[in-house]
Amino acid sequence: MNATRQYQIEVTNRQQQFAVPEGELLLHAMEKTCLQVIQVGCRGGGCGMCKIRVLQGSFRAKRMSKAHITEQDAEAGYVLACRVFPESDLVIESDHFNDLSI
Amino acid sequence: MKKGVMRPGHVQIRVLDLEEARKHYVDLLGLIEMDSDDQGRVYLKAWTEVDKYSVILRESDEPGMDFMGFKCLNEAVLDSLAEEIRALGISVTELPSGDLKDCGRRMQFVAPTGHTFELFATKEQTGKWGISSVNPEAWPRGLKGMQANRFDHCLLYGDDLEGNLTLFRDVLGFDLAEQVVDPEQNRVALFLTASMKAHDIAFIKHAEKNKFHHASFYLETWQDVLKAADLISMTDTSIDIGPTRHGLTHGQTIYFFDPSGNRNEVFAGGDYHYPDHETVTWKAEDLGKAIFYHDRQLNERFLTALT
Repeated sequence: MNATRQYQIEVTNRQQQFAVPEGELLLHAMEKTCLQVIQVGCRGGGCGMCKIRVLQGSFRAKRMSKAHITEQDAEAGYVLACRVFPESDLVIESDHFNDLSI
Repeated sequence: MKKGVMRPGHVQIRVLDLEEARKHYVDLLGLIEMDSDDQGRVYLKAWTEVDKYSVILRESDEPGMDFMGFKCLNEAVLDSLAEEIRALGISVTELPSGDLKDCGRRMQFVAPTGHTFELFATKEQTGKWGISSVNPEAWPRGLKGMQANRFDHCLLYGDDLEGNLTLFRDVLGFDLAEQVVDPEQNRVALFLTASMKAHDIAFIKHAEKNKFHHASFYLETWQDVLKAADLISMTDTSIDIGPTRHGLTHGQTIYFFDPSGNRNEVFAGGDYHYPDHETVTWKAEDLGKAIFYHDRQLNERFLTALT
């Protein structure tokens, strides 16, 4: 039996860590741990409340609102945590909701 | 004073993934898929509605509301109201019949809060879904999920509420059924009705223009709201808050999100409004109780999660 792989997520601005099982959405996994280190909004890529910046690591993401993640945002590592599937351990920075677009 | 606007007719909602949205609105809310068009838009209705559709889904890379349409008594009303809207300094575009499937011409304009609205008078009527108009049974079998009865209203966030009040009350003939007023007597929320319902459209003051808070669907009873809550859990659908009751309009409610982050409400009960009723006022200092009558405090998400 293979145990599901877990990725460690370090939230630098909150000095907290949590684990995300492979194939799970980052924000969903955080909510299940009862941590509150990323703001939770619509959970559907629409509202922008869970905007984070990924500083290290790899991930794939579902489609998200371009009103909150522009092409330049995406190139700079900004993403909505509710749409992110980690593919390695990640170092992230949360609390980027309503940042001026870079 | 009534000016010929009858009811909310339709809302066009932008979604990130049409298949996920279709599953949400059809399988969970219980809307019925009626048609689609060559732009890929999907047309849905709730079962008690007589017109062919009331919700239009369009795939886009930015969720939110494209426009909300109100159905008017007849075609002549469209021309007279368009003229009055133009007299306010708001431009009105006439969209031709057939631009929306099986819908007549539409008069489209942008309200002072930045939201796009339209008036129409003609749409194919397919009748209530699944029951006859002669000796109708109580309800049709085969409804799915929450079995939403009708598309009821939208709540929208925007800046110029006074501009919208002038447009909706003085030009379009809505009544201001309820309002929220701050200590300096500024209105921070408007609940407007063109009918006996507590609201057909509502606005909350917000710094940005043209934000979508929710589209709401009517259920018959509080028990139906509780069953909706069960279905939200069973399907692991993103919940906002509820089941609870509103102070404003006193409806019994639950809020949740579609898979693209657009908020939906299903609700039951609530107050009614006649034209001789005084506007009900809630104080902004008591906004928590006005919005969520039991918790008496707002969750931050209610004010900030918008599309």
